[in-house]
Amino acid sequence: MATFKDFRNNVKPNWCPGCGDFSVQASIQRAAANVGLEPENLAVVSGIGCSGRISGYINCYGFHGIHGRALPIAQGLKLANRDLTVIASGGDGDGFAIGMGHTIHAIRRNINITYIVMDNQIYGLTKGQTSPRSAFGFKTKSTPEGSIESALSPLEIAMAAGATFVAQSFSSNLKQLTELIELAIKHEGFSFINVFSPCVTFNKINTYDWFKENIVDLAEFPDYDPSNRIMAMSKIMETNGLLTGLIYQDKSRKAYEDLIPGFRQEALVNQNIEITREEFEKLVAEFR
Amino acid sequence: MITQLSWKIGGQQGEGLESTDRIFSTALSRLGYHLYGYRHFSSRIKGGHTNNKIRISTRPIRAISDDLDILVAFDQETIDLNAHELRDGGIIIADDKFNPTVPEHIKARLIPVPFTGIAEELGTSLMKNMVATGASAALLGLSIDVIKAVVEEEFGRKGPAVVEKNVEAVSRGAKYMLEQTGGPLEEFMLAPGDGAERLFIIGNEACGLGALAAGCRIMSAYPITPASEIMEYLIKRLPKFGGTVVQTEDEIAAVTMAIGAGYGGVRAMTASAGPGLSLMMEAIGLSGMTETPVVIVDTQRGGPSTGLPTKQEQSDLNALVYGTHGEIPKVVIAPSTIEECFYDMIEAFNIAETYQCPVIVMTDLQLALGKQTAEKFDYERIKIERGKLVRGELPALEENKLFKRYEFTEDGISPRVLPGQKHGLHHVTGVEHDQEGRPSEGPANRKKMMEKRLKKLQYLRITDAIKVDAPHEQPDLLIIGMGSTGGTIDEARGRLDAKTNHITIRQIHPFPTEELRPYIEQAKQVVVVENNATGQLANQIKLHLGHHDKIRNVLKYDGNPFLPAELYHAFKELI
Repeated sequence: MATFKDFRNNVKPNWCPGCGDFSVQASIQRAAANVGLEPENLAVVSGIGCSGRISGYINCYGFHGIHGRALPIAQGLKLANRDLTVIASGGDGDGFAIGMGHTIHAIRRNINITYIVMDNQIYGLTKGQTSPRSAFGFKTKSTPEGSIESALSPLEIAMAAGATFVAQSFSSNLKQLTELIELAIKHEGFSFINVFSPCVTFNKINTYDWFKENIVDLAEFPDYDPSNRIMAMSKIMETNGLLTGLIYQDKSRKAYEDLIPGFRQEALVNQNIEITREEFEKLVAEFR
Repeated sequence: MITQLSWKIGGQQGEGLESTDRIFSTALSRLGYHLYGYRHFSSRIKGGHTNNKIRISTRPIRAISDDLDILVAFDQETIDLNAHELRDGGIIIADDKFNPTVPEHIKARLIPVPFTGIAEELGTSLMKNMVATGASAALLGLSIDVIKAVVEEEFGRKGPAVVEKNVEAVSRGAKYMLEQTGGPLEEFMLAPGDGAERLFIIGNEACGLGALAAGCRIMSAYPITPASEIMEYLIKRLPKFGGTVVQTEDEIAAVTMAIGAGYGGVRAMTASAGPGLSLMMEAIGLSGMTETPVVIVDTQRGGPSTGLPTKQEQSDLNALVYGTHGEIPKVVIAPSTIEECFYDMIEAFNIAETYQCPVIVMTDLQLALGKQTAEKFDYERIKIERGKLVRGELPALEENKLFKRYEFTEDGISPRVLPGQKHGLHHVTGVEHDQEGRPSEGPANRKKMMEKRLKKLQYLRITDAIKVDAPHEQPDLLIIGMGSTGGTIDEARGRLDAKTNHITIRQIHPFPTEELRPYIEQAKQVVVVENNATGQLANQIKLHLGHHDKIRNVLKYDGNPFLPAELYHAFKELI
């Protein structure tokens, strides 16, 4: 059986020392091993940006696509081969700016994949512009006088879009993040995990210390029930989105693949694609 | 007796004209006539004038006619807008309910028929379409029995009572017509069809059926005119084959989902029109760069921007050939008949997997939506070729090595393995990469990788890259076209008293330069027929072959297909 070391490769990430993305990478590797995957059974599809490079840093099938489109690629892959564990990942710019349309629709479509967003509230690879997650007033190269747009709340959006699995974590909390990724992989449907993953180079506001001071762990609330949609929404609003843990899970809804008429348990890629003469004649007869 | 005629039915959109058209023309097809349809419609659902025109012939035809023999009108607007197309002595069959009148200068005979009146007597005015069908059939001297059989199929699931009433409506319409004309009219009576079994189908359905036969099992698409029929066809049939259609949030999701499925090893496609293709361009580059197969159908319509969404045009060529930034191997195929739509889709999937690149099948609105009779598709011609796809056991990889998914090979095509395969791990990225797929920006690797990708298509020739009808060694005129215009070109040629050759270019990109060269060189003059304003195909020919001095354009970009007479006059002027 594979260990987390089997999910490591010899590529040295080009992330800055101290970048939160290292922990996300380690958590995916650990979670994959913990749920019993072999490297060839895992596919990581990523977008563009610093975080998008993650698909090349894990020993598995990695697809580094185009900006904002990790999710449709990942969904197509999962439909082609439902035996694979598919993780899509990217940054907050990738998922909540250019790719927001796909994020919302992937959530409501509910294909059985996991989506991990490395949320650093800034554009890193383009060297420090505002992101949809930057706070009002946040000063960046593209907002020298401070952002005059409000930050969006990915958790509320995910809930509103009909998510069946919503979680949030912090890259310093490797244990919690690994456990959440394991839960997400096991969840039968679309799982969304937002991870606070500080940018040590361009974001001097939302730092490790800032998160440590401001976030609350849902473990502190023993009565919290992640199957309760209203409770989940209230908690997100009460904490201004600065909470971590499993926020919401709906185990009753079937994954998209299980709702497609005629969709088989056998992976589509392994099915015969030739049609018989009899089937062909039937199809042609419709046009007589 | 006559051997061909044109029939048009018109009214308000959403009135059910299509069922009349469908029943009437399906019956004609079964009688062994050749049919060629043209739909005039607007970008709205209910209301607005719409009409369907069908040309009926005892011989193969692939063009709309210059004029009209019979016009069936459900409202006065239909007469006002279309009567000018009627030949002298043509007939207007109109619902007497709206007191139809014929404009003074029109020399056509009006036969009012109580479409609504008879239908209401039978229970519902909805059946006025069936009355019109019966009246039309009687005028052509057709046996009502065939119409009845089609009506039974159309309404069978609604129960025998509904079938009986509709059959009655057809019979009453026929009877009324014969009373008015005093029996069949010789100049409208069609010589019998040959009774041969043919298909009656639109290009979009042929593309869908071709995809299914090719083993396509996932289609991701966003609705758009005039491409939607492809997804509508496949969503009903794919489940039987374990596949599915996903209606995505936009065209970018559509194409990238198909690329994801292709990466996963399933034959996948999308289809759209110009606006969607514009949105897909970045992803087409991803497919080219990552060597991931994908098939995209572009049913061209009037551009630019929203343009003429329901009208004919062939103006996407430049965008398809040159679109996407950077330089990638890409194939653009343009079927020119319904049969080619079917076979080309199979070839498109084979090329996409064999050459590991994006393949665009470029049709146009008239080919996509014009319903036509077609020769039955041949099961024996369905061949699935998957190129260098390696399935099953792979040898173990050395430590820290990945599978060389982008291995340098003589033909530039590398072995392809799929996610899930043990010892097949490799990286895929739109960033320039090395043989294992890992990002690499070094100039030597970059140069080799560019050359590897671009040489893949060096020798690619699809079946009949150019379709040649060249009876003359030194023609007065070589006529070149693409897509749906071929039939109209041939009809115009037939009326000319000159030596003409006709070539249809089917492989648009990479351009079949050497195949075309001898024909261009031997011709005194070359004329390129295109539904666009700038002569995009002619420009490709000039770019690859020169001969600027003898290449002329015949262009039409008013949203309508060419008429044979228009081309005849244009050619005549050139000779």
